[in-house]
Amino acid sequence: MADMFHSQKPIYQQLADRIKKQIISGELSPGEKLPSIRETGLEVNVNPNTVSRTYRELEMVNIVETKRGQGTFVTEDEGVLRSIREEMKNEIITIFVQEMQEMGYTNDDIQSGLGEFLSKKGENEA
Amino acid sequence: MITLTNVTKKYSSKKALDNVNLELTVGKLIGLVGENGSGKSTTLKLIAGLKHPTKGEVRVNGELVTRRIADSVSYLSELDEYYSFFTVEKTIEFYASQFKDFDLDKAYEILKFMKLDPKSKPKHLSKGNRGRLKIVLSLARNVPVILLDEPFSGLDPMVRNSIVKGLISFIDLEKQLVLITTHEIREVESILDEVVAIKDGSIIGHHNVEDLREEKQIGIVDWMEEIYG
Repeated sequence: MADMFHSQKPIYQQLADRIKKQIISGELSPGEKLPSIRETGLEVNVNPNTVSRTYRELEMVNIVETKRGQGTFVTEDEGVLRSIREEMKNEIITIFVQEMQEMGYTNDDIQSGLGEFLSKKGENEA
Repeated sequence: MITLTNVTKKYSSKKALDNVNLELTVGKLIGLVGENGSGKSTTLKLIAGLKHPTKGEVRVNGELVTRRIADSVSYLSELDEYYSFFTVEKTIEFYASQFKDFDLDKAYEILKFMKLDPKSKPKHLSKGNRGRLKIVLSLARNVPVILLDEPFSGLDPMVRNSIVKGLISFIDLEKQLVLITTHEIREVESILDEVVAIKDGSIIGHHNVEDLREEKQIGIVDWMEEIYG
C-alpha cells in the first residue's frame, strides 16, 4: 500500500509529481476537476492533510486552481501546461545523464546510445 | 489538544513513564512508537483517564484528566472483548447508549464501508472483522480525541489496509486528533502527520514526518533506527 511512495522524500511532493505526470500524459485534461481531498487520500492511502498540502503547492505554481465551493481544477493556461512538460522532461533527463556520467560514459556515448536505442525501439514497434 | 507536563507513572516501584512532557495539537494523526513495555499503552491510558499519573498532570483541551474525560476521548483498547450475547447491531446500540456523542448514522456508514454484517455476533466474527468492528465503534464518536492502541496488531494486510482507509475516510481532521500506538510502521508511514518515539518510559523524539523526509531525506523507519541506535 505505502509502496506507491518511497519514504525518503516528502509525500506531498511525490503526490504533486504524480499529478503533474497525469496532466502531461493526458490522464487529467486541462480544466478537469481533481478528485476531492478525501477521495485522493483514499486512492493513494495518504493523510488528507498531505493531499491538501499537495493541492495548495500546485495552486501556488498555478498548475491547479481552487474555485470556492466547487473544487480544484487543472489549469487551462497553455503556458503553464507547456512549462510542466518541459520541467518534467528536464528532470528525467538530468537524472539519466547524471547516472551515465557517474559511470564514465561520454556525451557522445550517451547521445549515440540513446539514438540507437530509439531507432531500434522504432523498428520493433513498426 | 493534549498536554502531558512532567508526567511520571509508577507501577509499584517500576517507572512506566519517567518525567514525560508532550504536547499534541488538534488536526493531526500522530503515531506513538516504541518497543513492548516502553510506556505506549500507559500514555494512552493516562490520556483516557483510565490511569492517574504518580506525578505531573495530563490535560485534554485544557481540562485536567479524570475518569470523566471519557466524554471527550474515544479510546480503543488493545484487548478484544465483547458481550458475547450481543450482535454487531446491539453492540453499536449499546455504545450509542453509553456515549451521548456517539453518531449512529456514522457508525452504520463505517460498518458498511468495512463490509460488516450487523446481524452477526462479534464472537462469531473473524479476528480481522472484530478489528474492523473496534474501528467502527471508536470512529463513530464525535469527540476531539481518538486513541487507538495497537489497532493493526495481529491482523492480516487486507484488514490493516481497510483500517487505514477507514481512518482516511472517517476522521475529521478539522476537529479531531488521533493518537495511534503501533509496531506496524509501514502501514502508517503515509498517513501520519507526526511521530513520537518512546523508550523506557521517556520520549526520545517527536517529529513532523514530512519534515523528516524533507530535511533529512529519511522515513520513519530510518529515523527510528537512528534514534534507537
